[in-house]
Amino acid sequence: MNAATARDVTSSGEVYRTARAEGRAALVGYLPAGFPSYDGCVAALLAMVAAGVDVVEIGLPYSDPVLDGPTIQVAAEQALRNGTRTVDVLRTVEAVARTGAAVLVMTYWNPVLQFGVERFATALRDAGGCGLITPDLIPDEAADWLSAAESADLDRVFLVAPSSSDERIRQTTAECRGWVYAASTMGVTGARAQTSAIAPALVERVRSATDLPVGVGLGVSNGSQAAEIASYADGVIVGSAFVRQVLEADSENAGAAAAGRLAAELAEGVRRQH
Amino acid sequence: MTGAPTRPDAAGRFGPYGGRYVPEALIAALDELTAAYEKAMTDDAFQAEFHRLLRDYAGRPSMLYDAERFSEAVGARVLLKREDLNHTGAHKINNVIGQALLARRMGKTRVIAETGAGQHGVATATAAALFGLECLVYMGEVDTERQSLNVARMRLLGASVVPVTSGSRTLKDAMNEAFRDWVTNVDTTHYVIGSVGGPHPFPAMVRDFASVIGTEARAQCLELMQRLPDAVVACVGGGSNAMGIFHAFVPDESVALHGFEAGGDGIETGRHAATLTGGSPGVLHGARSYVLQDEDGQTKESHSISAGLDYPGVGPEHAWLHDIGRATYASVTDAEAMEAFRLLCRTEGIIPAIETAHALAGAQRVASQLGPDSVILVNLSGRGDKDVATAGRWFGVLDQ
Ligand SMILES: Cc1ncc(COP(=O)(O)O)c(C=O)c1O
Repeated sequence: MNAATARDVTSSGEVYRTARAEGRAALVGYLPAGFPSYDGCVAALLAMVAAGVDVVEIGLPYSDPVLDGPTIQVAAEQALRNGTRTVDVLRTVEAVARTGAAVLVMTYWNPVLQFGVERFATALRDAGGCGLITPDLIPDEAADWLSAAESADLDRVFLVAPSSSDERIRQTTAECRGWVYAASTMGVTGARAQTSAIAPALVERVRSATDLPVGVGLGVSNGSQAAEIASYADGVIVGSAFVRQVLEADSENAGAAAAGRLAAELAEGVRRQH
Repeated sequence: MTGAPTRPDAAGRFGPYGGRYVPEALIAALDELTAAYEKAMTDDAFQAEFHRLLRDYAGRPSMLYDAERFSEAVGARVLLKREDLNHTGAHKINNVIGQALLARRMGKTRVIAETGAGQHGVATATAAALFGLECLVYMGEVDTERQSLNVARMRLLGASVVPVTSGSRTLKDAMNEAFRDWVTNVDTTHYVIGSVGGPHPFPAMVRDFASVIGTEARAQCLELMQRLPDAVVACVGGGSNAMGIFHAFVPDESVALHGFEAGGDGIETGRHAATLTGGSPGVLHGARSYVLQDEDGQTKESHSISAGLDYPGVGPEHAWLHDIGRATYASVTDAEAMEAFRLLCRTEGIIPAIETAHALAGAQRVASQLGPDSVILVNLSGRGDKDVATAGRWFGVLDQ
C-alpha cells in the first residue's frame, strides 16, 4: 500500500472543521464496497467525491445486517455474491482515499473481529482510511477497538439514538473521536419521505455532552432534506439514496453518474443559507 | 468440575462469551428489560403468578417417564422428561410465559418473535392471546413450508406470521428481521427471543425461565431412585431446552452433561448446523459465542432436517460450558436422528419432534459408552405432530 502515508490521511474531524469554517454542513456519503462491483463502486464513490461528498463511508458488506433496511440489504447481498472480501473493502478505501477525501469504513463487528482488531486497524490506516463507524459495537464492548484505534491514530464514530439516555450520550460521545453519528429515527436504514422531527432534539442533547461535530443520518434522500438537517447539524449522512441510484441505473456508468448527480444536489443542499 | 459460574457478570458475560453487540438504539430497552427481570426474580408476586400459570395453564410439572422399552433397546436406563406434554407441545412455553409476564409489566402492547420449528412462535402466539397482546412472528420461508402446521396454529391464535425471504430463509434470517422490527418499534414492543442467545439479559433470563425443567427433573430423579442420573442429554439449537435441563445439574460433579447439535449430512460435508463442534468464536445476533462462519466472519448457512436446530449460532453459556469442559457437545446426523425418531415411536408410542430426536440419538450413543447400569435423563423437548409430513416422506409412509 503506497498511496497513503500516515502524514497525508485526511481525518474526518478536519473535514468537519473546514466545512464549519465555510459556514456549511459536511456531506457524508455511503456505499457498500463491491456494489454493484468492485470497479462500479469505486467509480461511483469517485463521482460522489468529485460532486461534493466530503466524508466517504465505505460499507463492509455483511451477511446479517440487522440495522439495514431492504435497499442496503440488497446491495450488500449483491456485493457478497460478487465475492467481495474484507481485503477488497480495504482496496476500495485506498482507491478513494487517494482523492484526499476522508474515508471511513462502516462495519458490523464480526468481520473486524475475525480479521483481527489490531490487524484491521493497521491495514485501514495503511490504506489511507481515517476510522470506523460501528453500528453494532457500543463503547461498552469496544475496549480492543479503542486501544487499536489509539495506536493506529484512527477516528471512532459510535452511534447515539433517540432512545439513548443523557448519561449514555455522555459516555458514548466521550469515546468518540472525529464526530458523532446521530441516528435520526428509531429504525433501520432506508430513504424516507420525511425527515425526523426528533432529530433536532437529539442533536441538542449531543451538543450539551460534547464539542465534537454531529452528523445526522438515516433517511435523507434529497437536497431540501439535506438543507433542513444542515440547519441544525454539522454533517448530513446519506446512504440508501445513493445505493438506490446505483441499483436503479441501467449500467455501472449510469449508476456512477446518477450517484454524482445526487451528490451535487445534496452538496447544494448543505450549502443553502437559512 | 465445580466453580462453573451460573450467573453472567455485570456486562452479561459467561467467561468471554455473551455481552451486547447491538445497535445503541436497543440499549435503553435492554436496560429496561434487565431491570424488570432482576426485579421479577426476587418478587414474590411475579414468581407466584409465573408458577401458577406454569401449573394451571402449561400443565406443569411435566412427568418424568421411565422408558423401559426404549431403555432396553439402547442398553441403559433412560428417563424422559416429558416437555412434549406441556400445553402447545414443547418446552418453549416456559420461557414465553415468563417473558409475556415481563412484557405486560413493562407496559408493552405488542410482542414479536422469531421461530424455526414454529414451536416458539406458537408459544408466543398462545401467550399473546392469553394476555391480549398483539403478536407478529417472523419465520424463514423454508420453515413456513416444512412446518406449515405451526403456521396455521399461529394464525388461528390471532398472530401474524411473516415469511422471511432473505438469506438462507431459515431461523437466522427470521432473527435478523425480528431485530429490525424491534429497533423500529421498541417503544411498544417486546422481542420474545426464543432461545438462550441474543444480547444480555436474554441468555440468562431465558435460561432462568426454562430452568424449571431441570429443577423438577432433579427432584423427580431423587424421588424415583434416591440418586441423580449419570448423564443428562438434550438437543442444542440455540440451546434453551438444554440449558433448561442442565442448569440445576451444573453443580453436581457426578452428572455428565451432553448436548447434541444437528450434524445434517455430516460435519465433514460442510452441510450441518453443529456450531460448537464445527464453528469458531465470533459475534452473531447480539452476543459473542460460537458461530458457523467463513474466514471473513460472514455467517455460513446451516443445514438440518430439523428447522428448530437449523441455526448457525448457539447461546453463549453453552460456549462457556464447552470451553471449560463442564458439558460435552457432539453432533448427530439427519439419518441418525430419524432412526432414533423411529425407535421412540415404535418402542414407546411417543412421536417426538425431530429436534428432540437428535437428543434421543445422542442418548443411544451415551448409553453405549456408560453401559446398562447407567441412568440417562433425556429432555424430551417437544412432540412431533408438526413433523409428520417430513417424517412421513423420510420413511415413505405417505400415500402419493
Ligand atoms: C421441540 C424443540 N426442541 C428443541 C428446539 C431447539 O431450540 P433450543 O435449542 O433453544 O431448545 C426447538 C426449537 O424450535 C424445538 O421446537
